[in-house]
Amino acid sequence: MGSSTETIRDLTQQDYKWGFVTDIESERVPRGLTEDTIRLISAKKREPAFMLDWRLKAFRHWSSLEKAQAEPQWANVHYGPIDYQDIIYYSAPKQKPSLKSLNELDPEILRTYEKLGIPLAEQQRLAGVAVDAVFDSVSVATTFKEKLGELGIVFCSFSEAVEKYPDLVRQYLGTVVPHTDNFFAALNAAVFSDGSFVYVPKGVRCPMELSTYFRINAAETGQFERTLIIADEGAYVSYLEGCTAPIRDENQLHAAVVELVALDNAQIKYSTVQNWYPGDKQGRGGIYNFVTKRGKCAGRNSKISWTQVETGSAITWKYPGCILQGDNSVGEFYSVALTNNYQQADTGTKMIHLGKNTRSTIVSKGISAGHGQNTYRGMVKILKGATGARNYTQCDSLLIGDQCGAHTFPYIEVKNSTARMEHEASTSKIGENQIFYLQQRGLKAEEAVSMIVNGFCKQVFRELPMEFAVEAQKLLGISLEGSVG
Amino acid sequence: MSLLEIRNLHARVGGHEILKGIDLQVNAGEVHSIMGPNGSGKSTLAQVLSRREAFEVTEGAILFHGKDLLAMKPEEAACEGIFMAFQYPVEIPGVGNAYFVRTALNAIRKYRGLDQLDAMDFLPLYREKMRLLDMDEQFMNRSVNEGFSGGEKKRNEILQMAMLEPSLAILDETDSGLDIDALRIVAQGVNAMRSPDRAMIVVTHYQRLLDYITPDFVHVLVDGRIVRSGGADLALELEEKGYVSIESEARQTAPASA
Ligand SMILES: Nc1ncnc2c1ncn2[C@@H]1O[C@H](COP(=O)(O)OP(=O)(O)OP(=O)(O)O)[C@@H](O)[C@H]1O
Ligand SMILES: [Mg+2]
Repeated sequence: MGSSTETIRDLTQQDYKWGFVTDIESERVPRGLTEDTIRLISAKKREPAFMLDWRLKAFRHWSSLEKAQAEPQWANVHYGPIDYQDIIYYSAPKQKPSLKSLNELDPEILRTYEKLGIPLAEQQRLAGVAVDAVFDSVSVATTFKEKLGELGIVFCSFSEAVEKYPDLVRQYLGTVVPHTDNFFAALNAAVFSDGSFVYVPKGVRCPMELSTYFRINAAETGQFERTLIIADEGAYVSYLEGCTAPIRDENQLHAAVVELVALDNAQIKYSTVQNWYPGDKQGRGGIYNFVTKRGKCAGRNSKISWTQVETGSAITWKYPGCILQGDNSVGEFYSVALTNNYQQADTGTKMIHLGKNTRSTIVSKGISAGHGQNTYRGMVKILKGATGARNYTQCDSLLIGDQCGAHTFPYIEVKNSTARMEHEASTSKIGENQIFYLQQRGLKAEEAVSMIVNGFCKQVFRELPMEFAVEAQKLLGISLEGSVG
Repeated sequence: MSLLEIRNLHARVGGHEILKGIDLQVNAGEVHSIMGPNGSGKSTLAQVLSRREAFEVTEGAILFHGKDLLAMKPEEAACEGIFMAFQYPVEIPGVGNAYFVRTALNAIRKYRGLDQLDAMDFLPLYREKMRLLDMDEQFMNRSVNEGFSGGEKKRNEILQMAMLEPSLAILDETDSGLDIDALRIVAQGVNAMRSPDRAMIVVTHYQRLLDYITPDFVHVLVDGRIVRSGGADLALELEEKGYVSIESEARQTAPASA
C-alpha cells in the first residue's frame, strides 16, 4: 500500500492552524494551590460567602484526594505526573471591569476571535449565533443578551450569574456533578474561574443556538471553566461549545465541569467541537482534557442529547452522561473521537436509568490514525425502579494505518428484568480498495480518506446544527491530514 | 494519434507476472471487446490502465491522449478521462450516492479548469441519467453501493460513467450479475454514450452483451497475452469453439516465442 499509505501519513501530519498566541497583558494569581489561592480567586470575583464556602469545601476534599494519591488511574491513557503546585489557577486579561459594547474590548482579543472565525462582530450576529466567549478565565463579551432577555432567557458568564442570579446558582450548582464526584471535578469546584450560565424559563423555546468558544491563551495556566444550563418545564435550548488553544511545548491542564438540568418536558441539546492543541507529531505538548459533563433529566418526558466531535487534545478523558430520573425521559450520546499522531482518548458516556420507560441511545465513532489510541468506555445502568427501560448502543471503530489502536469497554448493569438492551460494535480499516475506488473517480487519496471518514461519522454529524456540521467535517479533514498510509 | 496506445506491456501483482507483453491501439470512436478465460489478466489490464498502485508495470509503455499514462496517479488518469466500471464495485458507507458523483465530477472539472457545479446544476442532469438507466430516485440518497444488489451496483457504475463523461471507458464485466431486462437497459445506456470522441473497452465473457453493444474489434486474452484479434465475428466463433481451441489454434500459428 505504498502511495495510499503515504497519503494517509501526509494527511495526519498537517500542522495545527490555531496555534497563535495573543499578546495581551494578563492578571494572574501566584503559581500554586492553597486555601489562600481559593480565597484570592473568590475575592477577585467579589463572590458571595456561599460560593467561597463551596469552593473551600471542594478544596479540602480535593486536598485529601491528592494526599491519598487518588487521581484516577483506571483510564486507558498514559501521562507523567502533574505537579498541581506548578499551575497558575487564575489568569484574566487586564481590562476595564465591565463592557458596554464590543468596541471596548481589547482589539487584540477581537482579532484573535476573528482568526478563530467566531461570529462575535455585529454583522455576524445576524447569522443567529449568540456567543459567550471565554478568554482564559473571564468571559469577556456576551452578545445577543438583550434579545434573549426579552424572552426571559439568561445567557451570561458564570461570574455574572453568581452576581445577578445567586439563588438560581445556589439552587442548582453541584446538584448534577457534586464536588465529591471525582478528583478533577473537585479541583474544578475549588478553582473554577468562569464559564457559561444558561437559564431558559418555563415554556420558552430558545430561538437560536447558544455558543461559547473556549480558548486557553496564557502559558502555564490551567483552564477550569464551569458551565451550568437549566431548562425549566417545557423549555428547549441548543448549546454549542468549541475549543482551541495555542501551541505550547508543555502540557496544559483543562479540567472543566458541565452540568445540565432538564425539568418536566424540557429538552437540552449540547454539542461540542473540541479542537484543543493535540501536541506535535512526536507527542510533545498538547492539552490534557479531563472533563466531567453530566446532565440530569430531572423531569418527566425530559430529554438531554450530547453530541461531541473530539479531534484535539493530547489526552481526552470525558464521559458526558445522563441521569434519567424523570419517567419517560430520554438520554442521547453521539460521539466522534479522532486520535492521530500520539493522541490518546478515553471517552464515552454513562447512562443511568432511574425512571420508568427511560430510553437511551449511544452512538460512538472512534477513528485512530498514526500512533493514536482510542478507547470507548461506556456504562449503562438500569436501576430497580426503571421498569421498561431501553438502551441502544452502537460502537464503531475505524483504523487508518496499522500503528494505531482501538479499544472498547462497555459496562452494563441491569437490576430490572424488563430492561431491553441492544449492543452493536464493529471495527474496520479503511481499505485500499475504497481509496482506489474514489481515486478512480477523480479524488486525491487524502480527499478519499476524508470522504470515507466523514461517511463513517455521518450518524453523528447529522445530530449537529447545520453550520457546525460543516465545520466539524472540515476539521476532521484537517486533523487527518498526513494520515493516509 | 490513437487515443490509447499500449506497447509491450508487462505487469505483475503479488509477485507474479500477469501481463506478458500486450500491444493494443484504441482510436477515438471505437469499441473494443476483450474476452478470455478466468484469470487471464483482463481485470489486471483494466487496473493498470486505471493506475492502481498494486499492479506494477515492469516493461512497456502506455500513451493516453499522447501523454505518458504510467506517470499518472489514479486520480490524474481519471481526470484525464479514464473511467473504469468496476467488476466488483466498492461500498462507501455514509456517503450519499449523488453527493459522491457530484464531488467526483467537481474534482474532474477543477482539474480541467472548469467551474464547480452546485447541487442545483447537478441534480437535473443526474435525475435525467437515472431515468435513462431506469433507476429509482431512492438511489440518490443511499450510501454509495451499500446494500445494493449485484445488478444495482453495476447500473450505478454506468450511471457514474454517464455523469463523468470519460473519453475512455473501461467496462469490466459490467454484464455479469445483470438480469435480461437490466442487461438491455445498461447496454442502451452504454450505446447512448458511444460517440466519435469516446472509446470503450468492454471486458466480457458473453456474446449476449455484444448482441447489444456491437464491438469494432474483439481481442482474446489468454495467459497475459492477446492471442487473437478480429471483428465482431470473433466473439461468435469463441462462443462456438470455446477458448481452448482458439488458444491452441493460436499457439500453432504463433511464432515460437522466447
Ligand atoms: N493482488 C493479487 N495478488 C496475487 N495475484 C493476483 C492479485 N490480483 C490478481 N491476481 C492474479 O492475477 C491473475 C489475473 O487476474 P485477473 O483478475 O486479471 O483475471 P481476469 O482475466 O479478470 O479473470 P476473471 O474473468 O475471472 O475476472 C489471476 O490468476 C489472479 O489470481
Ligand atoms: Mg476480471
